[in-house]
Order: sequence, then structure tokens, then C-alpha cells
Amino acid sequence: MTEQAMEPGTSTTARSILKIDGLVAGYGGGDVLRGVSLEVSEGGITCVVGPNGAGKSTLMATISGLLRPRLGSMMLDGQDLVGRSPRQVLQLGVVQVPQNHSLFRDMTVRENVELGGYILSDRALTARRLAAVFEVFPQLAGWAGQKAGSLSGGQQRLVEFARALMLEPRVLMLDEPSMGLAPKILRTVFDAIRRMNAAGTTILLVEQNARAGLRLSTHGIVMENGRVRLSGTGREVLENPEIGALYLGGVVSPG
Amino acid sequence: MSVLLRTEGVHKSYGGVRALDTCTIEVDEGTVTGLIGPNGSGKTTLFNVITGYAKADAGEVYLADRRITNIAPDKVFALGIGRTFQLTRIFPSLTVMENMLVASQHHRTGARKRAIEQLEFVGIAGYHASLAGTLSYGQRKLLELAYVLVADPAIILLDEPAGGVNLSLVNHIAARIRELNAAGKTFLIVEHNMEFVMGLCQQVTVLDSGTVVAAGPPDIVRTDRRVLDAYLGEDIEDIEDTDEDPDPAEGT
Repeated sequence: MTEQAMEPGTSTTARSILKIDGLVAGYGGGDVLRGVSLEVSEGGITCVVGPNGAGKSTLMATISGLLRPRLGSMMLDGQDLVGRSPRQVLQLGVVQVPQNHSLFRDMTVRENVELGGYILSDRALTARRLAAVFEVFPQLAGWAGQKAGSLSGGQQRLVEFARALMLEPRVLMLDEPSMGLAPKILRTVFDAIRRMNAAGTTILLVEQNARAGLRLSTHGIVMENGRVRLSGTGREVLENPEIGALYLGGVVSPG
Repeated sequence: MSVLLRTEGVHKSYGGVRALDTCTIEVDEGTVTGLIGPNGSGKTTLFNVITGYAKADAGEVYLADRRITNIAPDKVFALGIGRTFQLTRIFPSLTVMENMLVASQHHRTGARKRAIEQLEFVGIAGYHASLAGTLSYGQRKLLELAYVLVADPAIILLDEPAGGVNLSLVNHIAARIRELNAAGKTFLIVEHNMEFVMGLCQQVTVLDSGTVVAAGPPDIVRTDRRVLDAYLGEDIEDIEDTDEDPDPAEGT
């Protein structure tokens, strides 16, 4: 994987590592995803935004194997993800950081990060990965011995990211990482996302703060009512006047 | 048109988080007013403060000219503010009719007749003898609406009436609200489904970070730049530089 920083608009030649086509999925009552097709470029940051109920979190749950789609395909570098268990999806290299804080509060930061590699059987490999992760997030070294529960919300997010990196994900999925964080801390978290991407990690980001998320990303996707309604580079989507109508209904004048 | 419900400069914090910040809204009598805003903007907290489920740290709530700030939920209900919840609150091991009779405890005479009328109005009278716990999610929402209607409140607060229900039921609920409104009933509705809100409400109030950023008719509100800003979030470039050095000590 290259470490080149991708400028929005220059990434169209990048290879798609994840291809989703015609995905239909939901919970009992009805379909939440109504034919979602999208591609995730290797080495990029792809940001999915959209109003409440658009299906963003359902999309993540479906990719992760927590929810089985009724129709459609999800190909990770040529391998079909449909029908695989969450563990199998993880082993194939798709790692999700959930929306809600998920650290073991009474365990140390180091222990929490190590747990990210629980499906690795090789202790030496675990140690090497841990060192690599601490290189991406040097500040973690200072907190390693502290209980995760003693960290602030933004700091805990960084530990969650580090934990996910232990598997060297081929696609790292982040579900609303800014949720519940103050705007200033948001910046720290987004810097961390940038840093993971610069270290070669492909990222699929679902974000509630559409502007901040799209600004950060090489690719942007707007979902609404279970479908992809807009896509392009992050900047193209950000500047598309239709985005307002998708959030608020009707037509929103640009400017 | 007179103001039926209003809040004045309401503040409410949970821990260090400010959920409502100088929140002032007005609901005109006889209107369907929508209360919208991004996730976490304070909509449900405002409902909780109005209905006595949460105590305001500062500010006032008035029903017509009567000050009702921080009075108990049952008193608020008795004064004429009915309310449904985002996740329905019914008694699952009681029958539909028994649930309705619980709502009628202040008006016992003719309670059964009124209960049946309201169940017929929302369209679930056929289930009156079923245990409420056996109803579908959508039917529970209708039961909750009937439950509120039986007390004949002056104003009805609905928390996400269209959330998680199918399109035909969304239309059914909208039609019932229109019918009640045509007969003079006032509504304040929290809802994320914009088609529902913009199609149904005469007035829309928009919250962001616990404060009102816009209020007016749907067509004015949805073209308001501040509303779009609230929904799309703050651009990272506009967030001022932080010297937050992630130091665990401050997190404890």
C-alpha cells in the first residue's frame, strides 16, 4: 500500500477494494437498504453521510456480517462477503469501530489495544503490530498503563482506533466517530483518521457531521431513504447544492 | 392566534453537557408545529422539560397563561398536555382496553365508550381485547395516540410518530393528525421524516445545540442557511485550533 496523500479529485484511478452492488437489507419490518451500490477506493477515505434513517449504520452492520442482506453482493477484493459471519469478515480484513464507546473501562489502554489482535494466534506478531500501532499514535505510549475508563471521550476514540489497527485492516470502518464529542475534540479525532489513512489504511467512514467528514475524505456518498443519492469526490459532494434538499426536503438554494 | 404553549429561556444540562441553552419556543393554538433538528439538538429534552419528566435548570414553561415549570408529569397531563414517547410506553401485559382505561382514570364515567371511540378513530378497535404486548410496533404507536386522545388534552406532543413505521401507516397517522387539527387540536411534533414534517406542519421550529436557530413556515425554514448548517455540521476548517493535548489527567 502506498503512503501517498490523496488529493480529492486525483483518486479516480485508484483501485476499488470493496464493491457493493444492489444491496437490500433490513430488520424484520421492512427494507432499510433499498439497493445500495457503491465502491470503496483502496488507500482512500470514503465518507457516507445522510439524514437520520438513511441507512448508514445498517450499511455498516451488513458489511460487518451482523445483518444478512436479502439481495445484492459485497465483494472485498474479489471475495464475496455475503453470508459470512462477523468473525469471518474480520478475518478477511474488514474491521469496524462501533458508534458507542466500546473499551473495557477497567482494563489498561495497552490491554485494550492488545485485545484488538485477539484473533491473531502468533504472540510475536501481536507484539510487532502493537509496536506499529504505537508508532501511528505515539501519544498512546504515555497512557498505556492507565485504565481506559479514565480517559476523555476523544482519547478513548483514539484507543478504539488503535485497537482496530491491530488487525491491519484492509478496510477500516468507522461509525460516526464524532458522535458525542465536542467540536474541538472532533478535530483531534479527525486528525487521527487522517494519520491512519496516511499510514496506508483504507477507511470507510460514516459521519453525522457531513461537512467535516466530506472535507476529510477523498470520496463522498450521500445516502437518503436507503439509497445512494449523490456521489463523487468529497469536495464535489460537499459543494453540490442538492445535498441540502436531501437533508431537508424540497430545494435549498446554494450560497 | 394566541400562543398555547411556550418556553422561555429554558436551560438544562446533564453532567457537563448542555442539552438546552436559552431555549425559547412558541406553539400557536390550533396549529401543527414541528420541532426538528439534528440528533442531539435537544428535542426530546425539551419535551421532557415541558411534560415534567426533566427539571429545567432555568427558564419557564407556560400553558396559555399558566406557569407550569417543573411540575410533576401527572399534573402536566391533567392540565391538558398529552404526550407520546419515541419508544412507546404501554402496559404490555394489559389488554388494549385496559391500557385505555388506565388513561381514563380521571374521567371514569363513560370511559369504556370513549375508549372504544378513540380506538376506532385510530383504527385498532378490533384489537381491544388483545394484550397490548402482542401488538405490532405500528399498532402500539396507534394505541399510544388513542391513549393520549382519550384524556382530550389541549395540546398533544408527539415524539417521532412516523419513526420506524411503514409508509402506509405513516400516511394513516398523518391523516389522523390532520383530522384532529381540523377540529381544532394543537400539536407539537418531533420527527426526523422531513416529508412528514414539511407536509403536515404549518410552523416548524429548528433546534441546534439546544437553542432555536430558525422558526417559521416549512418553506421558509427549509431554505434557511442556518438550518442547513445545523444539519450538515460545522466544517472542520471552521473549528478553531485546539491546543487540547490529549492528557489523560484532564479526562478523569
